[in-house]
Amino acid sequence: MSDFRTPYPGYDVLAKWASPSWNDQTRQVVRERLLNIPRPRFFNEAEWSVLTALCDRIIPQPERAEPVPIAPFIDAALFEGRGTGTRFAEMPPDGAAWRQGLAALDAEAALRFGGRFAGLTAERQDAIIAAAVAGDVTAPAWEGLPPRRFMRGLVLLEIVAIYYAHPAAQSEIGFGGSTSPRGYVRLDAGRFDPWEAGPGIWPDREP
Amino acid sequence: MTGAVGTVSRDAEEHPRAVEGRAPDVFSRDGFVPMRQWPEEEPVDFAIVGTGCGGGIAAAKLAQAGFSVVAFDAGPFWRPLADFASDEREQDKLYWLDERISGGNDPISLGSHNSGRCVGGTTVHFQMVALRFRPEWFAARSRLGYGVDWPVDWRVMWKYYAEVERACSISGPVRYPWGPPRGRYPYRAHPVNAAGLVLARGAEALGVPWSPMPVATVSAPRGKSPPCAYRGMCKIGCSTNAKQSILITYIPRALAAGAEIRDLAMVARVETGRDGRVCGLHYHRGGQWRYQRARNVIVAGYAIETPRLLLNSASPQHPQGLANSSGTVGRHLMVHSNHAVWGEFDEEIRFYKGPPLLAVCEHWNYADGDPSRDFDGGYAIMSQGPLPIDYASCLVSNTGVFGTELRRRMALYNRMAGLKIVGETLPQPENRVTLAEETDGFGIPKAHVSFSYCENDKRLFRHSLRFMDRMLRAAGGRNLYESEATAHLMGGCRMGHGPDDSVTDSDGRTWDVPNLFVCDGSLMPTGGGVNSSMTIMANSARIADRLVALGKRGEL
Ligand SMILES: Cc1cc2nc3c(=O)[nH]c(=O)nc-3n(C[C@H](O)[C@H](O)[C@H](O)COP(=O)(O)OP(=O)(O)OC[C@H]3O[C@@H](n4cnc5c(N)ncnc54)[C@H](O)[C@@H]3O)c2cc1C
Ligand code: SF4
Repeated sequence: MSDFRTPYPGYDVLAKWASPSWNDQTRQVVRERLLNIPRPRFFNEAEWSVLTALCDRIIPQPERAEPVPIAPFIDAALFEGRGTGTRFAEMPPDGAAWRQGLAALDAEAALRFGGRFAGLTAERQDAIIAAAVAGDVTAPAWEGLPPRRFMRGLVLLEIVAIYYAHPAAQSEIGFGGSTSPRGYVRLDAGRFDPWEAGPGIWPDREP
Repeated sequence: MTGAVGTVSRDAEEHPRAVEGRAPDVFSRDGFVPMRQWPEEEPVDFAIVGTGCGGGIAAAKLAQAGFSVVAFDAGPFWRPLADFASDEREQDKLYWLDERISGGNDPISLGSHNSGRCVGGTTVHFQMVALRFRPEWFAARSRLGYGVDWPVDWRVMWKYYAEVERACSISGPVRYPWGPPRGRYPYRAHPVNAAGLVLARGAEALGVPWSPMPVATVSAPRGKSPPCAYRGMCKIGCSTNAKQSILITYIPRALAAGAEIRDLAMVARVETGRDGRVCGLHYHRGGQWRYQRARNVIVAGYAIETPRLLLNSASPQHPQGLANSSGTVGRHLMVHSNHAVWGEFDEEIRFYKGPPLLAVCEHWNYADGDPSRDFDGGYAIMSQGPLPIDYASCLVSNTGVFGTELRRRMALYNRMAGLKIVGETLPQPENRVTLAEETDGFGIPKAHVSFSYCENDKRLFRHSLRFMDRMLRAAGGRNLYESEATAHLMGGCRMGHGPDDSVTDSDGRTWDVPNLFVCDGSLMPTGGGVNSSMTIMANSARIADRLVALGKRGEL
């Protein structure tokens, strides 16, 4: 399994923190996100251990000494009843769906590999996640919770929404980051404003 | 109801701002403008539910005509300059996040995909595409053989498109390639960004026309609006006020003309008197239930909340729900299908720059005779520019990718471009809003939304996927993948020619209750193949003028 390499090493959206690309309210939001990691209040210990293992496999961050925290924000959103606007009719309410889904991942781990999800190897965890994403799971604990919908319509969405809200994640994809009040001037392909990331390094495009 | 979502200006989500004779000045960071207030015990001429395209325009035009107007919105009254961050997650606070139950064979995603909750409505986070219907769509049944006819002539709508385009200072091309000639757009077109030029290349290669997109953000200063800064955050709210949302166009005009806006005011029921006419509405604001008396009520809560409110306003006089003797309320709900094709490009496109949708191809809205056309209705193809979370959501929900591969595919963000459709779906009675048994935090039954594509809808989006695939390849895209989504709710309380199969007449007046009106996207009898806001605005401006005329004749 090869590791992830960013095309934009050395680029950091936070480097523009004091520039006209950032206004006070964006600073307030991002400062809060970076400094105030919520402590878990919604999930119990068993659920939490599945959740953190799951987040580690959806967004593996082996290269980071301090990975971008994801699970704490999922917990906080559920605790605060933030809402997403949609509950698919075939699904339980969000909080209940998360609880049941995490338990079902654990049950699936027991069924397939005779262990707890959090204790499995990364390959085995991935196999279970892939099966759930494909709707191809069999543990009775999934009863009433369509696995594909749970994974694609809730779990993956929430995890990417939290991860790509983080400056480290935005930097690794070369996103321009905050733009208020200053936006962009150069809108053509391959042309960049000085406050954007420089051209990326693209192995598939080396001559 | 969900609690405060944002970190910035949480007070706006928790405490009404438009109180004590003043309302937020949307062009300032912390200022106010004077606001006339109307007593609750005295009936106002018009109580309006919702302040988006429909409600905002009605409030402004009716107040300007001298009527007493109070407009209610369930959401906050924002000042974009101080309250909006350049942050997708923070800006979730613009959306209607209360739980709605979504069923049917093809259940739709709600929330950020289609409905806002704030003063100014969904336009505060819309993507500003400002297109007109094709004239024939107003007579879809008699001219094109599908759907139903609108009870409105296209030439009348054409006049009102021009009015609302002026009011929202649309920036657009000098010559628009499709449809009958239209006057010049008030502002010159924006430059087309790299993502838009991908569409242009594809269109030219396939021999179909394309055009720079007419959009509701100014290309030069206008009043207190600076020109668009091409910051690309339009979908999460424009923090510079370049975007010409209802919040910064019609709402200030409504206030200046003497309308009162009540923010954080959720209307739960419209009250009916013994004579069967409506006489006021019950709403929740500032921690308590309140009652506003009114001579006329206009419901403008959009395609889900309008039917929900009417259904929840059942009374002995209207046992099936208000204005629902025909059982039509909530039916014929439509969406636009948003099928898309994405591809990688050699050069860095960086589609985060500029308003997200800067180029359009309406070929398939007009090419009636094409032999490959195996569907009724139409679709427009647009370039795309999602922000990272929006793009990641599309990627994972459509492909299920996760792990290192997900990070790798996201790292191609700057080299992606895509085409998507705004695809017409046909009005079907079984696509509908009903009341669920569960209730929300106010004790109001939640909305249950049921949606299934019909065979024609599927033929249409399959056709579009084949065409966009060719177009994107021709433009140089590789490793293509497809995605599906929906946007833009329409219908649910359609206007029509008679009381058997529609809820209102062409004035938005409900057939059952002479002093109850609907004025928003739920009136749309068909959806057309373009984004909905301009049509909703034009229709609302038209209805407001009709109400003024009826008032003058004493026919209200
Ligand atoms: C992400 C996104 C992008 C879009 N982009 C475009 C685009 O580029 N071009 C385009 O033409 N269209 C676009 N649209 C669609 C367009 O914004 C809507 O069609 C239009 O705003 C609908 O107008 P409306 O007046 O019917 O409802 P809205 O504008 O949604 O207004 C309804 C208001 O009523 C309030 N309300 C509802 N119920 C109650 C109640 N019971 N009590 C009090 N208040 C209530 C709500 O809070 C809301 O503010 C987009 C939509 C979305 C979601
Ligand atoms: S691109 Fe223009 S309209 Fe969009 S958010 Fe930026 S300034 Fe506002």
